[in-house]
Amino acid sequence: MSLLEITDLSVGFATEDGLVQAVRDISLTLDEGEILALCGESGCGKSVTAMSVPRLLPPDTTRLSGSVTLDGRELTTLPEAEMRRVRGKSVSVVFQEPMTSLNPSFTVGYQIAEVLRRHEGLSRQAAGKRAVELLELVGIPAPQRRMKEYPHQLSGGMRQRVMIAIAVACEPRVLIADEPTTALDVTIQAGVLDVFRDLRDRLGTAIILITHDLGVVADIADRAVVMYAGRAVEQAPVTELFAHPRHPYTLGLMKALPSAAVNGRLAEIPGMVPSPLSDPDECAFHDRCPRAQADCRLSRPPLVRQGEDHLAACFHPGGQS
Amino acid sequence: MILRIDNLVKHYGPVRAVDGLSLEIGEGEVLGLVGESGSGKSTVGKCVLRLTEPTAGTIELNGRDITHLSRRAMRPLRRDVHMVFQDPYSSLNPRFTIERIVGEPLLRHKLADRRETSRRVAEMLEKVGLRQEMRSRFPHELSGGQRQRVGLARALILEPKLVVADEPVSALDVSVQASVLNLITDLQRDMGFSCLFITHDLSVVEFLADRIAVMYLGKLVESGPTKEIFAQPRHPYTQALLSAAPVADPVTQRERRRIVLGGDVPSPVDPPSGCRFHTRCPLAYDECRTVEPALQDPRGSGHPAACHLVTADRVPDAAATR
Repeated sequence: MSLLEITDLSVGFATEDGLVQAVRDISLTLDEGEILALCGESGCGKSVTAMSVPRLLPPDTTRLSGSVTLDGRELTTLPEAEMRRVRGKSVSVVFQEPMTSLNPSFTVGYQIAEVLRRHEGLSRQAAGKRAVELLELVGIPAPQRRMKEYPHQLSGGMRQRVMIAIAVACEPRVLIADEPTTALDVTIQAGVLDVFRDLRDRLGTAIILITHDLGVVADIADRAVVMYAGRAVEQAPVTELFAHPRHPYTLGLMKALPSAAVNGRLAEIPGMVPSPLSDPDECAFHDRCPRAQADCRLSRPPLVRQGEDHLAACFHPGGQS
Repeated sequence: MILRIDNLVKHYGPVRAVDGLSLEIGEGEVLGLVGESGSGKSTVGKCVLRLTEPTAGTIELNGRDITHLSRRAMRPLRRDVHMVFQDPYSSLNPRFTIERIVGEPLLRHKLADRRETSRRVAEMLEKVGLRQEMRSRFPHELSGGQRQRVGLARALILEPKLVVADEPVSALDVSVQASVLNLITDLQRDMGFSCLFITHDLSVVEFLADRIAVMYLGKLVESGPTKEIFAQPRHPYTQALLSAAPVADPVTQRERRRIVLGGDVPSPVDPPSGCRFHTRCPLAYDECRTVEPALQDPRGSGHPAACHLVTADRVPDAAATR
């Protein structure tokens, strides 16, 4: 049994135009100390998949089915009061924009200590001491001084480190990081990715990293799930995925990168993502796919084993190893 | 030279956004202006378009000093230089149809009547790969990639000599970005405009720029031909920047030597003395803290850098310390 198991998860949102199906039949697992990347382009469902774990989706409009278990315990049906405990202690989240997730009117130290006092029941003094340690852990110089500062006094990279410190304050089993470095400069990004690596190595934290950046995936992830139109289309250990991408969409993403230009041209992926309002029984990528054949329109390719520890949802996969 | 910027300074109150920057762009040349947030790269673009008043220095467009031209005197020159923004959504009037948005520069400059405008819009839409039925649509009905194509069509309809593009593909998904970058390359080759391409993304400028200029805290630290900058960056900051951008290949990426910079970018209100990079530079020594290095090209190879450690026979290696 893995630490986290998501099985046949589907998530839709009720809208005026009907049910928008953001995630369809996703299954994945996360082991202790593992860094799993959920990647894909805007609207592919990567954030919704991850946010289903701590149930950070609007309860009134969300239509969720399937199962999410943490240490064997089902989370989707857990009463809200118990879920709140899970969110504080077992599963925590780091968002893209640290400025909007920190409270501008409290000091950094207060905001970290508050988490420790609420979830760990530490005294004011003990929480303060631990907060300094946490700031040190995430690589903030002069933590004693930083404790007394307000979010606006910190740079973007420092704020993101504070968010990570808050997220790991209670030593969560699972840390979900949603595009945590997208708003940061690249020289700052490198340092923040190091913090995640370090947390995994030192605390054994399992991390779900949501990102659109294949460079970040290559840098830090152990395994990756590539999503397209709400479904997982490919899943493999990172070295295997980059060496032998099987799904034409994964390959398309890699070839579309400016660094992959051939003779001054980039490989484009023609067409657009299908509407999340309908879901015909066909491969969602077929009308953009260079390898599509008649069978791709007749039924949906299942996510199946295409080699050791490598899954892809394609009738005509490429890149045999 | 299409564009010549000499010792440009732009201060916003106490913020020294650009602090003495010189660069040139030749005819048909694409210059990639690279830097991180707060480097002042966007301010340079705004000064070139006179969207903001330079504090000091001169800007010459096509041999003519435009630094202090009045709005009225500037008007005819606006035909020659156009801007493409990062977020086409906020730069396109939501109440106007695509036809009107794209044709507006022609009408504003009284260069064409309605019929001629309509014909030119049709031509331009075809060039940027948009179907003719888009003419009657509104910006909100378009995807991000389509909107950026509209932004390009509008910028190029007057056949400008210079296009200033500020992060035009940064908000786009990779697959859409690829097609917009291919389009920019094609248009640039067909129409021959010069381009000041402002971005934080090194892989994008490597793809399309002829030359690259790197900014740090309001100053140029290095410039040179794209291939050379990537093959042999001279300034420690450029070296760090290149080493920090992850490559999409786990085997290479995990074996690369990385230069991790300490600390944060200092405030442009109170930039460090001497070399502005010295607070984060792994190679900094006493002189760097007091004496500001000039941008010089001791090898005379059109690849100047502003670092005391760059000499005729030596290039610093920021990765080789400690």
